[in-house]
Amino acid sequence: MKPLLQVRDISKFYGARLGCRDVGFDLYPGEVMGIVGESGSGKSTLLGCLAGQLAPDTGEVLFDTRGEGPRDTLKMSEPERRMLARTDWAFVHQHAREGLRMGVSAGGNVGERLMAVGARHYGDIRDQAIDWLGRVEISEDRVDDKPTAFSGGMQQRLQIARNLVTGPRLVFMDEPTGGLDVSVQARLLDLLRGLVREMGLSAIIVTHDLAVVRLLADRLMVMKDGHVVETGLTDQVLDDPQHGYTQLLVSSVLQV
Amino acid sequence: MIEIENVSKTFTLHNQGSAVIPVMEGAKLSVQPGECVALIGASGAGKSTLMRMIYGNYLAASGRIVVGEVDVAQAAPREILTLRRHTLGYVSQFLRVVPRVPTLEVVAEPLLMVGEPRQASLARAGELLTRLNIPERLWGLSPTTFSGGEQQRVNIARGFAHAYPALLLDEPTASLDAQNRDTVLSLVEEAKERGAAIVGIFHDEAARQRVCDREIDVTAFTPVAA
Repeated sequence: MKPLLQVRDISKFYGARLGCRDVGFDLYPGEVMGIVGESGSGKSTLLGCLAGQLAPDTGEVLFDTRGEGPRDTLKMSEPERRMLARTDWAFVHQHAREGLRMGVSAGGNVGERLMAVGARHYGDIRDQAIDWLGRVEISEDRVDDKPTAFSGGMQQRLQIARNLVTGPRLVFMDEPTGGLDVSVQARLLDLLRGLVREMGLSAIIVTHDLAVVRLLADRLMVMKDGHVVETGLTDQVLDDPQHGYTQLLVSSVLQV
Repeated sequence: MIEIENVSKTFTLHNQGSAVIPVMEGAKLSVQPGECVALIGASGAGKSTLMRMIYGNYLAASGRIVVGEVDVAQAAPREILTLRRHTLGYVSQFLRVVPRVPTLEVVAEPLLMVGEPRQASLARAGELLTRLNIPERLWGLSPTTFSGGEQQRVNIARGFAHAYPALLLDEPTASLDAQNRDTVLSLVEEAKERGAAIVGIFHDEAARQRVCDREIDVTAFTPVAA
């Protein structure tokens, strides 16, 4: 099996200040990788560099494209990268409003992604939008409501539907459960796990919540001060952490 | 099926003066298909530690831990993930699941993960839950709200759903009543009959007598200086 994503030597500086340094890994189809670390550890910078939202100073992000095999997405033209971002890639933001169009109906938010990849038949688009809203447990009678009329958890589920409707192969998630009630988080985790399994998605999830990565991620990368300090199987890193910082991180979690 | 040679383990506590604690040295074990080997030794002797190393949950400091074709002590994370999905099952003492997922799904998940059809997976899950006396009215509920004994049985059902060629059992009969204990031991016997290689920790001596072919005392692997 070929890696879906190969990341090599990614470094990003903000002026003289380090964002992240020399990060590399391979992600295979169907794998979910978690990136944890405290605020300012560089995890969101890294995610931004991988997803083409920030320009790293060095490195390569090779994505196994459908047509031409592995290509460095950092060297793609802007239109090419934008096409990738709305077909094979998806980005789930921490704040749903960053990933949604708040002035457009729920159905429109989902349908818009389909139209961006060429769907034109109104009936089909609407049916598919309703199908996806159902999968994220938003009932059909809310399809014409705007996201502003939704709760935070519903907005987040709508954002996920909008992102996944085009059948992406790689999903970037930035604190997808951050700021949600724990009961809503659980529902979202269940939903994400089901989607990963059924669609064979690969995902990279940035979070500071160790319980979330334990349940969602196969592999884990721990970052501190812009550097990767430890990587491995998620349960191994959490149950037998090797680096001092990871040991501190794991032992600092409050048990319930 | 499971071959362990010269395995050692230390814990380094970086935040407590970098204390290095050797906990195991020279561990050696071999389990053939259809065989069940019991790990024995007092609490703290390293039974669970050794089991966790076989599963790749703890990193071995040295040695070889070969399960099927994979050396868990050297393998990349994704090789261990594949091994765990298809070959190596583990019934731990604790059930760890996404809250709100129905019990039937929790038990069927290992089958769904290896691509079994949904209906057949759910049917197999239901069959195991029935055998383990989890009433059908609970199947649609999340096991996170169940009693300790019920969670234990859900965990066992999940561990036996897929026919793993190698299986690790950490006290599967603890806190079970006589009838459920008997069911669990029957499941172990059935797994042996189909050729599974099993490593188990059983505090219950009668259970060991019934299902285990050999005993390995892990005290022999305790580092001398410690």
